[in-house]
Amino acid sequence: MSEDKNNNILEKVTTEDYKYGFYSDIEMDTAPKGLNEDIVRFISAKKNEPEWLLEFRLKAFRYWQKMEEPDWALINYPPIDYQDIIYYAAPKKKKELESLDEVDPELLDTFNKLGISLDEQKMLAGVAVDAVIDSVSVKTTFQDTLAKHDIIFCSFSEAVQNHPELVKKYLASVVPITDNYFAALNSAVFSDGSFCYIPKGVRCPIELSTYFRINAANTGQFERTLLVGDVGSYVSYLEGCTAPMRDENQLHAAVVEIVALEDAEVKYSTVQNWYPGNKEGKGGVYNFVTKRGLCKGNNSKISWTQVETGSAITWKYPSCVLQGDNSKGEFYSVAVTNNHQQADTGSKMIHQGKNTKSTIISKGISAGKSNNSYRGLVRVARGAENARNFSQCDSLLLGDKCGAHTFPYIKSANETAIIEHEATTSKISEDQLFYCQQRGIDTEKAIGLIVNGYAKEVLNKLPMEFAVEAQKLLAITLEGSVG
Amino acid sequence: MLLNIKNLHVAIDGKEILKGLNLGVNKGELHAIMGPNGTGKSTLAAAITGREGYEITQGEILYDGEVINEMAPDERANKGIFLSFQYPVEIPGVSMTNFMRTAINAQREFNGQPPIPAGEFLKKMEEKKKLVDIHSKLTNRSVNEGFSGGEKKKNEIFQMAMLEPKLAILDETDSGLDIDALKVVAKGVNELRSEDNAFIVITHYQRLLEYIVPDFVHVIYDGQIVKSGGKGLALELEEKGYDWITEKIEA
Repeated sequence: MSEDKNNNILEKVTTEDYKYGFYSDIEMDTAPKGLNEDIVRFISAKKNEPEWLLEFRLKAFRYWQKMEEPDWALINYPPIDYQDIIYYAAPKKKKELESLDEVDPELLDTFNKLGISLDEQKMLAGVAVDAVIDSVSVKTTFQDTLAKHDIIFCSFSEAVQNHPELVKKYLASVVPITDNYFAALNSAVFSDGSFCYIPKGVRCPIELSTYFRINAANTGQFERTLLVGDVGSYVSYLEGCTAPMRDENQLHAAVVEIVALEDAEVKYSTVQNWYPGNKEGKGGVYNFVTKRGLCKGNNSKISWTQVETGSAITWKYPSCVLQGDNSKGEFYSVAVTNNHQQADTGSKMIHQGKNTKSTIISKGISAGKSNNSYRGLVRVARGAENARNFSQCDSLLLGDKCGAHTFPYIKSANETAIIEHEATTSKISEDQLFYCQQRGIDTEKAIGLIVNGYAKEVLNKLPMEFAVEAQKLLAITLEGSVG
Repeated sequence: MLLNIKNLHVAIDGKEILKGLNLGVNKGELHAIMGPNGTGKSTLAAAITGREGYEITQGEILYDGEVINEMAPDERANKGIFLSFQYPVEIPGVSMTNFMRTAINAQREFNGQPPIPAGEFLKKMEEKKKLVDIHSKLTNRSVNEGFSGGEKKKNEIFQMAMLEPKLAILDETDSGLDIDALKVVAKGVNELRSEDNAFIVITHYQRLLEYIVPDFVHVIYDGQIVKSGGKGLALELEEKGYDWITEKIEA
């Protein structure tokens, strides 16, 4: 009897708990602050995810709880209170503005300096786009082109619903949930992101950039991107935007995974310009990103190009695992830090297959009181006969209050490997500045010119339209950094 | 008077280099500044162009009737003062073409003009390259990167031709040049001479002045102009050296 009673109470409590738990409260737009299993379940339910994905998230969450935040990077920040963060908020419809007149003039000024077209300015600033421009028709044109080639390019959530077999097959196949603290966190709570699949033998006829840019406004805090290049395919993908992104979320922990099968080539370019905080170092985005590509098939190639100018903290090491024989990995990076920004970024090249080649070209630029570190690992496995790596890490200092650091790690288990590493640190010289000034070019323009010259090798790897904007972006980022 | 330097005292790190120098330059004139090493020739060029670290402690520099003692170097440049550097610096990754276009557009912006149209710019480049016999491929390279000594100096004269200054200062442009390159540089300078501009040619040797004939020759010694004369003075210096002047002063 008493046992029955107990059972009843137990049942009641659990049912009630269930009744008032998050499951029943699916109408809520925003999860309460904090992170626990219920929140993970809530996110999954909100997205109407299949059971396996919920299990994936839960597994990641349980693992994350046992992990410790890494502290090996050369960055300083106050402890992050993970229970003080909202992990799910339905995409809010931003208040549409009537015209560009209502937009923050400072933002418009930057748009103009970047040379962004009026139509795009409107889209980025959230101004209602009139029928003549019609971004919807632009998108449709893109979608038609992609559909013609059977290319899948959609949000991650859509992919989970429409292509679950592909997502299931490749998700976490490059970055396992146990990989690192931030990847585990992302796996548990990722909001949304992009999914892209290029079928066998298809060469994606368009840069997946313009399209992306139009959609870039609603990127989440915990973005998840998965890109699969099937046998013999090619795609060039651009993430991000040169336009300054004002974001309320301080912590960003994204995961990007790329899989390149045999003979496939994936080119991934990033322009990151999140809010860096103010001149005194207040505010700004903490950007902890895990990006990794797997050259799974023979003769495959993955190329990362990044221009990093934003964020208060950047912790990011786009990497390539060169599994297939004759596969190639490339990393081209320009990282600029100004004021109080801190960047610890670089690349990892893991050589596993035979005759694998990798190239790392990293250009760090530090100004103000910022700190800029290159951290890289080149590892050659025992079986990776004739692996080759060339790394070049250059640092450019503007002023004498900033820092540049290089941490290259090399681990080779195969004696046929050839690994080269070059590093330089230089300053913009008074002579160079005076030479420019003597030709009528003022100090700020001169710095822009010299810095762009210094970063040219990397900027040249960007898709044309973005190369031009990125050049302007470098100059703007360094405005007022000298003199 | 285009340039009027009155009682100019210039110090570097507190050490006085120029000690009350006077010099007047009119449009249409070419002045040669000569003198032994370490007497202040290059300091004069740096002071006129506004290089940092060269502190004017006394006196003034008037350019086009305006005191420019405190003016920023780029503003002086945009007002028509050009320096052909003794040691032109390299700027990796910046093509000569891009550099030149940036410079010309800075000047145009200063004068309230729109940027130069691409076609016009390229035509001008071609025209001026011929003047100093510069290879087309040089302008595709980064500024001064991998240029030989002669090419660097030709490149300075090329930039001068592009920017069409009112006052051009050539700082030891002849140093390190073989006779052929020297002739090319001289030819370039002579073609650019006009009634509307003026030149100050700083040189250690008389050699350059055989090809670029000066209207006036000045000798700097210990931070002052101690002797001025016509082109004949250069020949006299070549023959007798500087000692006869410096000894007279020391005595």
